[in-house]
Formats: sequence, C-alpha cells, structure tokens
Amino acid sequence: MRFRALAVVCLSAVLAGTVSCGSKGSQKEIVIGEYGSLTGGIATFGISTKNGSELAFDEINKKGGVLGKQVKLLVEDDQSKPEEAGTVVTKLINQNGVCAVLGHVASSHSLAAAPICQSNQIPMISPSSTNPRVTQVGNYIFRVCFIDPFQGAVMAKFAADTLKLKKVAILVDVRSDYSVGLQTFFRQQFRQLGGEVVVEQSYSQGDSDFRAQLTAIKAANPEAVYLPGYYTEVGTIVHQARELGITVPFLGGDGWDSPKLWEIGGAALNGCYFSDHYSTDDPNPAVQKFVADYKAKYGQTPDALAALAYDAARILADAIQKAGSTDGSKIRDAIAATKDFPGVTGSISINSDRNAVKPAVVLKVENGKFLLTETIKPEAVKL
Amino acid sequence: MTTFLQQLVNGLSLGSIYALIALGYTMVYGVLRLINFAHGDVYMVGAYVGYYASRRLQGREPSIVSALLVMLVAMVACGILGILIERLAYRPVRREARLTLLITAIGVSLFLENAAQLVFGPDPKFFPSLAPRADFHVAGMRLTSEQITVIAVSVLLMVLLRFFIMKTRTGKAMRAVSFSLDAAKLMGISTDWIISVTFALGSALAAAAGVLIAMQIPKIDPLMGIPYGLKAFVAAVLGGIGSVPGAVLGGLLIGTSEVMVVGYLSSTYRDAIAFGILILVLILRPQGLLGRVQKEKV
Amino acid sequence: MRGGLAAALVVAGLLLLNALFTGALAPAFALPPYLLQVLCLAGINVTLAVSLNLINGFTGQFSIGHAGFMAIGAYSAAYFSVTFGEALRAALGFLPPFARDGAVLLVALAIGAFLASIAGFIVGVPSLRLRGDYLAIVTLGFGEIIGVLILNIDAVGGARGYSGIPKLANFFWIYLFAALTILVVYRVVHSSFGRTLVAIREDEVAAEAMGVHTTRAKVISFVVSSALAGIAGGLFAHYLMYVNVRSFTFLKSFEIIIMIVIGGLGSISGSVLGAILYISLTEGLREFAQYRMVLFSLLLVILMIVRPQGILGHKEFVTFLTKRRRSIGAAPGTPGNA
Repeated sequence: MRFRALAVVCLSAVLAGTVSCGSKGSQKEIVIGEYGSLTGGIATFGISTKNGSELAFDEINKKGGVLGKQVKLLVEDDQSKPEEAGTVVTKLINQNGVCAVLGHVASSHSLAAAPICQSNQIPMISPSSTNPRVTQVGNYIFRVCFIDPFQGAVMAKFAADTLKLKKVAILVDVRSDYSVGLQTFFRQQFRQLGGEVVVEQSYSQGDSDFRAQLTAIKAANPEAVYLPGYYTEVGTIVHQARELGITVPFLGGDGWDSPKLWEIGGAALNGCYFSDHYSTDDPNPAVQKFVADYKAKYGQTPDALAALAYDAARILADAIQKAGSTDGSKIRDAIAATKDFPGVTGSISINSDRNAVKPAVVLKVENGKFLLTETIKPEAVKL
Repeated sequence: MTTFLQQLVNGLSLGSIYALIALGYTMVYGVLRLINFAHGDVYMVGAYVGYYASRRLQGREPSIVSALLVMLVAMVACGILGILIERLAYRPVRREARLTLLITAIGVSLFLENAAQLVFGPDPKFFPSLAPRADFHVAGMRLTSEQITVIAVSVLLMVLLRFFIMKTRTGKAMRAVSFSLDAAKLMGISTDWIISVTFALGSALAAAAGVLIAMQIPKIDPLMGIPYGLKAFVAAVLGGIGSVPGAVLGGLLIGTSEVMVVGYLSSTYRDAIAFGILILVLILRPQGLLGRVQKEKV
Repeated sequence: MRGGLAAALVVAGLLLLNALFTGALAPAFALPPYLLQVLCLAGINVTLAVSLNLINGFTGQFSIGHAGFMAIGAYSAAYFSVTFGEALRAALGFLPPFARDGAVLLVALAIGAFLASIAGFIVGVPSLRLRGDYLAIVTLGFGEIIGVLILNIDAVGGARGYSGIPKLANFFWIYLFAALTILVVYRVVHSSFGRTLVAIREDEVAAEAMGVHTTRAKVISFVVSSALAGIAGGLFAHYLMYVNVRSFTFLKSFEIIIMIVIGGLGSISGSVLGAILYISLTEGLREFAQYRMVLFSLLLVILMIVRPQGILGHKEFVTFLTKRRRSIGAAPGTPGNA
C-alpha cells in the first residue's frame, strides 16, 4: 500500500518536473539550442563543439549581442545515441523555444534530428557532419563544412598525385556512416586517377583489437592504408599496425582530428596524413587569435570541430543580425545567402545545396604536431 | 602460411585474455549459480587501477618489475572490489529467485559502467608502456613482447589457479561448495568465506586480464568491459560453466575463431560468431564441452 | 455485447484524446509537443513491458533479448512503408487520407509482428533443452546476432540507420496497441493456457509431470510476446521516423527488464506502472543526465534487495481498489522459491 502511494507521488512529482522544467527564453534574450554528445563513446566531439560555440557566443555577447540582445546557448546531451538526438532537439524546440539549432558532429545524429527541425521550420546548422544526406533532408538544414564526396576525393588526389601511390588498402569502420561514405568516395576517385584498392577490411567503432584485419592487410602488400575512422580507433590501429611490421603510411579524414590522437597512437603515427578543415599553422591572424583565445579559456589547442563550431555559431549570429528578427524562415534565408564569410576554417559560402564550399587541407602527423602539407581547392578536384 | 600462423598467435593471445576473464565467471557460477554480469566491468576497473598505478610510477624506467607491480596492485584492488560487490549486492539476495539475482547483477554492472564514466571521464585513456618492448621474428611471424607476455602470464596464472583449487584446503572447499552449497555447510565449511574468496580470486584474475590487455592495446575506456565480458562469458559457457579447464578451452577457442573470422571473412560478423558458436553448442551439448550434465532433482 | 461496447468506448476515447492532445479540437488544450512525445514513447514502452512480462513474469523464462524482436518489427515495418507505402496508398485512393495512412501502418505493423514472431519461434524452440540461465544467454545472444545481421543489410541503411520513415504513428495508434497488448496478455493469462504458463513458472518439472506440454507452451508464449514487441518496434519506427541498430542493443533489453521488475513481475498493471515510471524518471532527470544512470542502477540493486517483487508484485492494480485477493501464484520473492 505504501509503495503504491509512493509510486504515485513520485510519478506526479516527476511529471510535474518534466512539464515545468525547460524555460523559454525571456524577451531580452535570444535562445539558441545545441545538441551534441557530451557523454558516451564520442563525447570529446561534443565537448569540443560546445567549447567552440560557447567561445563564439561569449565574444559576441561581450560586443553587445545580436539585435541588441544577449545570446543564450542551451546545450543538450544525446549521450552518443542517435535516437536521443531526436528527443533532445524536440525538447529544445518545443520546451525551450529556441529560434535555431546547432549540431551535430556525427552524421547519424544529424540525420535523426534534421527532420524534426525541418518540420518545425527551425534552421539547423551542422558544424561538421560530412555525410551528403544530412542537408538533403530539407531547406532548413545547413552545414558549414565540406561534404564527404569532396573529402574522399581530396585524399585520393593527394595519394595519387602527391604521394604517387598506386596500390592502397582500405580499413573502414562499418558502424559509422561517415567512414563508410568517405571510403566510397575515396575509392571512386582513386580508381579514376589510376590507382587500385588491393584489399578492404573492416572494423566496428568500439573495437580494440585489430590484429586480425591488419595481418590480412599486411599480406596484400599495399603502399598505404586509407583509414577514414575516428581518432579513438585510429590511434590504436596504427599503433598495432607498427607492431605487426606494417611500415607504410596511413591516410585518413577529419575524424582523426583530436588532441588525443597522438596520445593514443604515439610515434606510430609519424609520417601519416589526413584531410581536415583547418590547420593551427594557418598564419592568418584571425586563426591565431582564435587558437590563443581558445587555449586561454579551455587549456587545449582547438581541434577542427571546435573551429567549425566557432564558425557555425558566428554565421548563425550573423544571419540573425542580417535577418533582423528571430523568425525561422527569415533566419533560414539569411543563412542561405551567406557569402565569403571570414571563418577561421576558411572563407565560407553556402551553396544551393546548403553545403559550404571550401578548400581542404592535408595535414601530416609529425612528433605530436599536425603540419600543414597541402591545401586542395574545390576546383582542383574533378567530382 | 605465415599469415595463418600469425593469425593463430593473434587468436591465442586474444583467447588467453578471454580465458582469464572466463575463469572468474565460471568460478562464481560454480559456487553461486549466478551469472555475474558485473564481472566484465571489474575487468575494466582493473585496467583503470593499473592505469593510475602506472602513472604513479611514471619517470622510472619501464621494466618487468614495474609491470608486475602494477598488475599486483590492480589484482588486489579488484579482489577487494569483488568481495565488496558480493557482500553488498549479492549476499542479501542469495536466496531469492534466479531472475532477481540476474537483475541485481545487471544493476551492479550498469552502476560500475556509469560510475566509471562519471569518475574517470567518458573518453578513452592511453596506458603508458610498462615493460621494455622487443620484437621476435619466428618463422616469418612477428611476435611482440606484449603478446608473449600476455600468453605467458595467462598460462602462469591459470596454472597457479589450478594448483590452488586442486591442492589447497581452500581450493577443496571451493570445489565442495560448487558441488553442493548445503552439503558443504553441513560439513562445517564456512560457505560465506569461501564465496568471498571465490569472488576475490575471480576478480583478481579479471584485473590481471585488464592490465595485460591495457599493456597490449593501449586504449582503455569505461565501456571496455562490455564486449570482452560478454565474449568471455560465452567462452565460459562454451567450455562448460563451472569447469575451470573448460573456461580456458572456451576462451582460446572463442579467441581463435574470432580472429580467423575477422581475418578471413569480415569483421562485421565478429560478434555474431561468438554467439553463433554458443547457440550451436548449447543446443547440441548444453553442458558445454567440458561441463558436467546438471541433473535436475525434483 | 459488453466486450464490443467496451472496445468501442476505448477506441472512441483514444480518438478523442488524440484529437485533444494534438490540438485538432481546440488549440488551447493541445499538449506541448515535447510532453506528447514523452507520452507516446511511454505508450510504446508499455507495449514492450507488458509483452516481455508474458515470458519473464508469467512463464518464468529468462528472456533478455527482447530488443531484438523490437528491432525486427521496427525494420521490417519501416521497410514496407518506405518501399510499398506509396503504392498501397495509391491503390486505396478511394479512402480518406487518415484511413489510407492507417491502412499502411496496419499492414506495416502486421508484417513487423509476423517477422518478429518467426524470430520468437526460433528463439523459443531451443528452450526445449535449455533452462534458466542458459536460456537467458541464448536470448541475449540472439538479440546481438539480430543486431549484427541488420547492420549488414544495406537496403535498410546498415550502420547509417534507416531514415525517411513516414510518421504514421501517433498517440491514438500507440495507445490503441498498448491497450490491445494489455487485453491480449490479460486474456492469455486468465485462460486455462495461462494457468499452464504459471505452472511452468512455479515448477517446470512438476508441470511436465502433470501433463503440461511445456515446450509448446513456452514457444507459444515466446511467439505472442515477440509479435507484440514487433508491433511496438514498428510503432517506434513510424513515430521517430528514423531507426538505428544502436537503439536496439541489450541495453534496451535491460531497460525493458528494469521496467517490469520495478512494476512487478507477473503483474500487468505493474508493467504499465513500471514503463510509465521509467520514462518519467528518464525525462524528468534529463538535467542530471550524467548521474541519471548511476542513480538508476543503484536504485535497481536496492530495489532487488529491499523489495524484489517490485511495486505490485503479483497483484494487479485492481486488487487494491476492490480488495479482491485475485493474484496468480506467489510472489517470486518468497523464500523457498528457486
């Protein structure tokens, strides 16, 4: 009897809490929502992104905010689960009344949340989802980074033209649409440029033992291995590869970009390359200022995710300012009209597919640093 | 041929890890008829304790001694953890329905995983290198000192365990308890104490596995216990849950077949293989390869 | 007929609530969409919890791979809607739009339930040779294998997940099927067949000795339960418009187990209570996301120690209201029960 009463009381208390929690922004503020993975397997991505956008809004608020009002950023955690992404975005839009949404890093999460933003006519800007299908969901969905067809082609061109490679192996993460998509585009372009994929092996995000796949790759004798995965596995894989006696360079994508990559992989990574959105070596004073500010606030060098989040936040603020209102459709139009925005990740223009057209950089890993090796412009790659 | 041998060695080293963890499962099941779902997470805690212990030793030259020291610290810590879990979570529900026990175990497992995420942080940490690295070239294969260490230490621990169970009084008491808890009590064996010892031993072995794996694959994260725990559990059942040599056999078999499938077929079926084998064995020979048939008394 | 009238009332009531909540009737009464979403997910959870309780609570079998059946239902129903939905809708052009949508949903759910029940059959058959813990492991294994298989089917998105599913499920449909599930399980349990299930739970060997076809009963129990889980999965897919294999891991199976254990194994209203309680706590504690799971797991362990039979044990909610001592069998927490 007691337990039943207790249960009812708990239930009502919690339901009441659910309804009342989640404040709508006051009229004196502009509320922007962000969803990311702050806990779980890809937590560092979410944290970097959050840091980047917070830094941007802090700066903007210090300068007076947007449309004369302070910007309030509400960040929700989806625990690295794609289905949670949909739930938290619904909460942000309906419970908190945000006028726009920033997110996500991982394309599967963006794909889960985008339909909700689209049907609510709330603009969504993804800082770093690179799978092409994300912006195809609807005209309210944008991104400020390049997409995987371009990124895969960039690395293929680098491998074929700069490194003069003919035979490459591919090691793909089958649980990540990012990885699967990227290797498809790499393979297409590499073949077009006259190269050959000698063997393909796969692994799953979260695995820690890759010796079986690496042994098979070694037997096929490639000149390099394309590894378009996330940094957590990449570091471990390359480390194990060197132990097995594989000496050829590994190539990768922006999923490698993390302060933890070197920590995990160590000297095994020397001489490897990956494509990315920006480089901390960029002499551009705006970039250097961003790097210094970020370091001062968070004690770490900003990775590409933080830089892209920083740009996405600034583009959004700029669009709201240009639109002159917090109305969803007006903000959407302003974002779509973004041309040559001076971002730290390059000059950003949003094209008719709602993607950003920007150059990519190829970075070389050397003794804990990522060295700018080559910049490849969109025009140079025949898609 | 070299590739095949290399894969075999890979499989043996992975299998030894599974075997070490499987031993803990099998011993606990033997005395309590409980599937200790939290065991995989004890393995994870062992790796983390090892991590923090090795950080303390940083600056010193990597050596075998420091590696063993780290492992010892982890084993002791997890032994205590195992006893705590048993005392606080399992003992109060020992006489309850089996499903209750199962759910308690699940609860402890979830608790350890999430508490670890909270305390240690959700992103992976990198285990520093402890023992001096050396590579051996044998018959065209490349064996790292880590792989050899894993296999060697695992074998040593298993031999020690076997000795303990077969030749010491406590070991004999453990066997008695696993045969029949009530009869053992009637014989004057302090079953609570024996059960605690069982948990401590199993947890210590898991911790050793955790440190060994962390030395080999330098990445540790709070959820690392899940895949290893699950497969080690499958290994224990495959070998015959309750049977110590069975756990070893099961571990090696699962490890080797997993590596072979991944190397020669596709990694996506890696997890399915372990369970597929399990289901086949359970249908064809439910007591596992080396287990005894459980007669159900009415 | 009393049964028919009751059914009609329930359907009408749900339709009314649906219209009310979505604001179709009077916008002022519309629920905030976030709350509506929580309610709908709760409804799906209820279906899952009650269906799992049939195997775990009433038949006493350890099934911890329930999420696998849900996954099969979700993916197959989604595949149908996405691939054949338009064609079906065109063929039924003479019906009003909501009826067309409903038809597509019903066919999709039927397919999902059917395929899930086949899986349930496959899982149930080994139960011939397996008892207790072993069965638990096998069900867990099946859940994982199903996940791996789906991951390899590129036609439903593989690792990327399956998107583009039309939003055909709403409050009405979800709660209609929740009510249906409760009805089905209630009828099964309160029939003579239900008595055999309870007999199996209490003492399988004795039941077999009494002439009960234990294997047949267990398999039927699995099939019904998995079919219902398949329906829940289909509704899930058609509500969230996107599914990913990662939603259906053993963690999800554990969540469902937590729900029925909190509410009380062997109590249908307990499962309903547990499901609602679970999702309320999940949403309500969203602010403390990091501590949430730690608290949950701790609560679970404490609950098992202090009150293993859950909140309602084996009794139904009505027994508290009407003081009729109608419970089926003893609570699992009583000593002497293996």
